[in-house]
Amino acid sequence: MKALAKLTWMEFKLQLREPVGTFFTLAFPLLLMVLFGIIFGNEPQEFLAGFGQIDLSVAGYVAMIIGTIGMLGLPITLSNYREQGILRRLRATPLQSGTVLWAQVIVQVVMAGLGILLLVITGRLLFDLRLPAGNLMILPAIILSAFSFFAVGFAFAGVMPTPRTAQAVGMALFYPMLFLSGAAMPRFIMPETIQRVAEFLPLTQVVILLEDLWLAGTWNVTAVLIVSFLLVAGLLFSRFTFRWE
Amino acid sequence: MQQVIEVENLYKTYGQTVAVNDVSFTVNQGEIFGVVGPNGAGKTTTIESMVGLRKPDRGRVRVLGLDPHREAQALGQRIGTQLQQAALPERMKVWEALDLYSSFYRHTIPWEPLLAEWGLDEKRNTVFGNLSGGQQQRLFITLALINDPEIVFMDELTTGLDPQARQATWDLVRAIREKGKTVVLITHFMDEVEALADRVAIIDHGNLIALDKPQSLVKGLNAEMKLHFSLQNGFNPHILRDLPEVTAVAQHGQQVTVRGSEHLLAGVAAVMAQHNAVPLDLRVEQASLEDVFLKLTGRKIRE
Repeated sequence: MKALAKLTWMEFKLQLREPVGTFFTLAFPLLLMVLFGIIFGNEPQEFLAGFGQIDLSVAGYVAMIIGTIGMLGLPITLSNYREQGILRRLRATPLQSGTVLWAQVIVQVVMAGLGILLLVITGRLLFDLRLPAGNLMILPAIILSAFSFFAVGFAFAGVMPTPRTAQAVGMALFYPMLFLSGAAMPRFIMPETIQRVAEFLPLTQVVILLEDLWLAGTWNVTAVLIVSFLLVAGLLFSRFTFRWE
Repeated sequence: MQQVIEVENLYKTYGQTVAVNDVSFTVNQGEIFGVVGPNGAGKTTTIESMVGLRKPDRGRVRVLGLDPHREAQALGQRIGTQLQQAALPERMKVWEALDLYSSFYRHTIPWEPLLAEWGLDEKRNTVFGNLSGGQQQRLFITLALINDPEIVFMDELTTGLDPQARQATWDLVRAIREKGKTVVLITHFMDEVEALADRVAIIDHGNLIALDKPQSLVKGLNAEMKLHFSLQNGFNPHILRDLPEVTAVAQHGQQVTVRGSEHLLAGVAAVMAQHNAVPLDLRVEQASLEDVFLKLTGRKIRE
């Protein structure tokens, strides 16, 4: 336990000393929200079923934070640790691999939490953002989505030979998904066929799950099942793909 | 003497390549044991099998009575390891590394005195990425010592260090042994094992080709000693041939080379003193482990 606590705290400090990663996780979705908030405002619109533009987008931004960490942050950090021999040094201690992975997960969950908190507070202050309809019911959904995407990130990190490949492949997979899933812009502005196809993307299911809870306070059971399946698959795969060196 | 490491018929292949081929040796408690050989000889695989990072294909390895692969956690508590190709995160500070690694072990020693002892006191707030190669190496040694280990494994300890830093590091390795610890030293530097090791295993192409005290291996060559010096006045060096320990004398202008047995120096000096001759730029050339390797394999270690 002492080792896990120390390692987690250390990783947290290291994360904050890495400004680029922190920017993407914390500041980028925030900037998007503020930018679109200034352009379009957050007045309730009849054609948006009485919601404001920011109200509709914020679940997507939360999904964006989770996706960025899972698909880019974690795989790049881990493959970098592996390539440089940082994992090799850790392996020559009595530490177990689980401790190393858990420290990363805890740090990233905290980072995601900070990003989401920042988003909600700023949204509240600047645009009178509507709070989730289901109130705190959204928390378990956020945590489920985060663990699920982080597990996929670990599985993905194990397969990537170098940090450069992790970054290139991660971006190639993540950016199209980011825009198609409704994380960066609302899905309803897209043609219906695109929306239909986009439903097969894991991130879309996270967006749907969070959106329904945020706007209507309802659980989308299909999305819960798909995201949970992703979690189990990610955990199973990462067990096999994890490599110390 | 108590044996702390037993390696029996260690065998490991990577694909078609045999990395370690039936290597056996034991390490005694409290000694500095050297494993030396050219790059790619199988040294790192051998150390990795001893510290539990690598599972041998065949053979039996016991370290402190434990199976390094199956009982890695228990063994990890009792050994210290300085590895090749290992690193810490760029932005981790020296004190943070020691503080962090202290939390991995049940029993540790205070790290502040360790920092001072290894000359890293002033660097405690420096991040890993800003340390020089020698400082990084010393930090890795302190990390290997933090749990007060019974055995310390060191892989290519002085690679990349300048001669002065190497000498200083050797002194520190001797100091580790003084504290009663066993040291396993892996290197491709013959002079390093010659200076430090009580016993040495020479490995080539995965095979153990010699195992003994460095001095005994050198002595086993029965090699001649050579004296090189230059002359200042009319002394005729050929009278040195009368000494029983001298086998040959050669002169090229002022330059003289005398060959003979290992007790050559005293006799030559005495005769020259009698003739009031002073040898200038005297250089003694003795057989070394490099010559042992040359004799055993037919090639130089750095070829």
